[in-house]
Amino acid sequence: MTAELATTPAESDCTTDILRERGQREVFCGLTGIVWLHRKIQDAFFLIVGSRTCAHLMQSAAGVMIFAEPRFATAVIEERDLAGMADANEELDRVASQVLARRPDIKTLFLVGSCPSEVIKLDLSRAAERLNKTHTDVRILNYSGSGIETTFTEGEDFCLESLVPELPQAPAEERSLMVVGSLADVVEDQFIRLFDAMGLGPVHFLPARNSETLPPVGEGTRYLLAQPFLGKTAQALEGRGAKRIAAPFPLGAKGTESWLRAAADAFGVSDERFEAAVSAPRARAIKALERYREALEGKRIFFFPDSQLEIPLARMLHHECGMELLEVGSPYIHRSHLDCELPQLPASTQLSEGQHVDSQLDRCRDAKPDLTVCGLGLANPLEAEGLSTKWAIELVFTPIQGFEQAGDLAELFARPLRRRDVLRVK
Amino acid sequence: MKLTVWTYEGPPHVGAMRIATAMTDLHYVLHAPQGDTYADLLFTMIERRNHRPPVTYTTFQARDLGSDTAELFKDAATDAYERYKPAAMIVGASCTAELIQDDPGGLAARLGLPCPVLPLELPSYSKKENWGASETFYRLVRGLCSPHAPAPGDPKPERREGPPRANILGPTALGFRHRDDIKEITKLLGKLGVEVNVVAPLNASVRDVTRLGDADFNVVLYPEIADAAARWLEKAFGQPRTTVTPMGVGATRDFVREVAGFIGVDPEPALDDEDLRLPWWTRSVDSNYLTGKRVFVFGDATHAIAAARVAVEEMGFELVGLGAYNREFGRDVREAAAKYGVEPLIIDDYLEVEAAIEAARPELVLGTQMERHIAKRLGVACTVISAPVHVEDFPARYAPVMGYEGANVLFDTWVHPLVMGLEEHLLGMFREDWEFSDENGPSHLGGHAPAPRKPAPVPVEAAPAPEPVTNTVEPTAPGEPVWDDDAMKELKKIPFFVRGKARRNTETYAAEHGTDTITVETLYDAKAHFGR
Ligand code: SF4
Ligand code: SF4
Repeated sequence: MTAELATTPAESDCTTDILRERGQREVFCGLTGIVWLHRKIQDAFFLIVGSRTCAHLMQSAAGVMIFAEPRFATAVIEERDLAGMADANEELDRVASQVLARRPDIKTLFLVGSCPSEVIKLDLSRAAERLNKTHTDVRILNYSGSGIETTFTEGEDFCLESLVPELPQAPAEERSLMVVGSLADVVEDQFIRLFDAMGLGPVHFLPARNSETLPPVGEGTRYLLAQPFLGKTAQALEGRGAKRIAAPFPLGAKGTESWLRAAADAFGVSDERFEAAVSAPRARAIKALERYREALEGKRIFFFPDSQLEIPLARMLHHECGMELLEVGSPYIHRSHLDCELPQLPASTQLSEGQHVDSQLDRCRDAKPDLTVCGLGLANPLEAEGLSTKWAIELVFTPIQGFEQAGDLAELFARPLRRRDVLRVK
Repeated sequence: MKLTVWTYEGPPHVGAMRIATAMTDLHYVLHAPQGDTYADLLFTMIERRNHRPPVTYTTFQARDLGSDTAELFKDAATDAYERYKPAAMIVGASCTAELIQDDPGGLAARLGLPCPVLPLELPSYSKKENWGASETFYRLVRGLCSPHAPAPGDPKPERREGPPRANILGPTALGFRHRDDIKEITKLLGKLGVEVNVVAPLNASVRDVTRLGDADFNVVLYPEIADAAARWLEKAFGQPRTTVTPMGVGATRDFVREVAGFIGVDPEPALDDEDLRLPWWTRSVDSNYLTGKRVFVFGDATHAIAAARVAVEEMGFELVGLGAYNREFGRDVREAAAKYGVEPLIIDDYLEVEAAIEAARPELVLGTQMERHIAKRLGVACTVISAPVHVEDFPARYAPVMGYEGANVLFDTWVHPLVMGLEEHLLGMFREDWEFSDENGPSHLGGHAPAPRKPAPVPVEAAPAPEPVTNTVEPTAPGEPVWDDDAMKELKKIPFFVRGKARRNTETYAAEHGTDTITVETLYDAKAHFGR
């Protein structure tokens, strides 16, 4: 067995200096989170109040159009809406009612703000208030997914934050665990089994799969972040009395073990019980990772900023696959939520926050990494220059957390390298 | 506000990107928030481009609003020039920047950059992608060619010595088969002794665009993109422009005659091609089964109208629907629809298109990627004939849709998804062989068997959905003649690809004859009445 990662938050004077950049950012806006959130929350509908650009982004971003029952749509602002605000509010009410009339199965409607709706100061929280009065059997919430306020995964953060005030109050004396951040259903089920085996409970998940089972929150709630991009949601939970369990993120065998261990410790699970619960899946994870170690060991990796998952991923790839970290870019580095991650990075790692894409491309070309993790707009151009790439977005749309997915996660990074080796064509 | 689920066209600045990305040394500085950079992936992923689109985005954030977004724009434009040294720049705003009114054109002009800078005004809240591409190309052509145009009233300058020359206008990045069409049309023009002066915007340099005036005439290959520019060139340089889209055999021949007329040569050498196979393929007996197949056509106006002609005149199909999503060319679509006796459908609402297709019960849909999804859901064969496109619409092989080779490609790709001649009969004869069920779909299309339709989700903003075409037999709608059990069983023996038609014919027949209950007799009476 390998050593666990520390779960005592270290002072983050830890690694290197962070390179803070300001320039062209080549990242999605928060609207993109709807692509997975609308599948995760099964009775919610996301109505973007935006432009044709927002609608076009939604159908292009994921690289696939999911035509079966999309539970999202865009209320496209038109010229005449820009003429007067009263008109735009009425129009929004009309379109929202239209959605609800067509989809009586919807229990939560999110009005999602965009850059245009925010620039014209269309007040979506007032709209939600108004609509809640006329549509009493649906919960109507609002949040911003705009590109001027949110970067990619922050859309989920803002969405979950909007749910926090809706969570039922838990009795003060009741201790419970809340796992926060969207996970694939299969991963969630695995974690439920593991917590059950440890006798740890009750365990709740945010977001819940449907609107009727919102997790309760109160003074006795300890929450465990499953995703690193949830700053605002965490703050809102703290506001309702919940306390964070410091932990790294559940990526890789060690990451998952440490994450579970942090929860087990917080709930007083005995070492024996913990071992009994995790030893088999942990062994499977280690074995699965072993298969990719040879392909990845000593390979140099460069991360462009994308989802804020970059730092936990880099940690996992370094410690569990032996990869060498060059630059690890992230759109935003939430230092306190990464308190168990940052100290694990080798001191030679160049961290960067924000982006100036042209300068970063220059650095990447200079560094000649073996593998570059980047967005879809950059991948083929870099491949054409001779660099192997991994699409960052796949890491958000694929189940990668937990023991049973540790091997899959490593495989995602090994595949482009393997492909480069098998191809005999120029 | 308009409730929108899927869109046929992106915003107008994406149209401008299609022009900039098509060209070799033009750069676009776009005042836009970070999320708008998604548009890069359209080019790098769908079209597999090996370069980033030549676009610099300012990616302003909320904290920049009201303070220094204009500064950001100026810095971005200056840096972009320094880094990329383009031969010319276009500058403009996306939907969000349009609202903050920084005037990118004015800002860029004051920077005094050492290259031509063309400001674009692309109203995001009323216009769309094709319009944006057309406007950008027009501004570019006008801006770069005006200095070379004869002054109004002056005679046309002496033409340069040599063979007749043409420009091919309209192909862009992310266009449906543009890459191969221009090769095919270049070859076709060659048969008439015409040299290509410039192809633009695809693979053209800024300098090439300045030379457009040297040609004797313009080929408007994609009117959605090039019509406005070609009209201006006609006025400024006296260059005639083609009006026929050379898609299909008949249209290609008409195009040849039109071009021959411009330059006063005999069209004959270009009226046929040794590799043209469609005319014989479609006359060969195997193609008999294509006769009267019901086909629904939807796409951009140019491709849809051309496809309708090919479908009717060259494939022998029955046209049951014709439409386009770009209203700018609505008049042309209405004219064509009138000619073929169908209702024109000019709409960009995907759900309404879906409803229209369901109602028309076609056996083949010729459409865009959107219709491909609709057809898949309905279990109907489909071939993509128009943008919006996806990665599979950029095949590795040579696959034009225009000119003579284009006609061959149309024949192959439209026939491919259909059930083939003899197989159709075999399915009819041995329907009860469980291994040979028609619900498996065409045998040569392993993975593409139409799935039995699940109950439809209630679509947002859809008109009450008409009865869907399905592989199984659905109950009769209230108020219509009722099928008795035996007749229903008999109906199920009819292969799925003609079952809808048999059913509709029988019900029409029953209604016309005041029959309340449809029996096996009624079914065969109707069959005799309508013929297959
Ligand atoms: S599913 Fe994929 S292939 Fe099909 S149209 Fe959508 S994006 Fe294109
Ligand atoms: S960045 Fe803004 S305008 Fe662009 S798609 Fe995102 S929300 Fe819409």
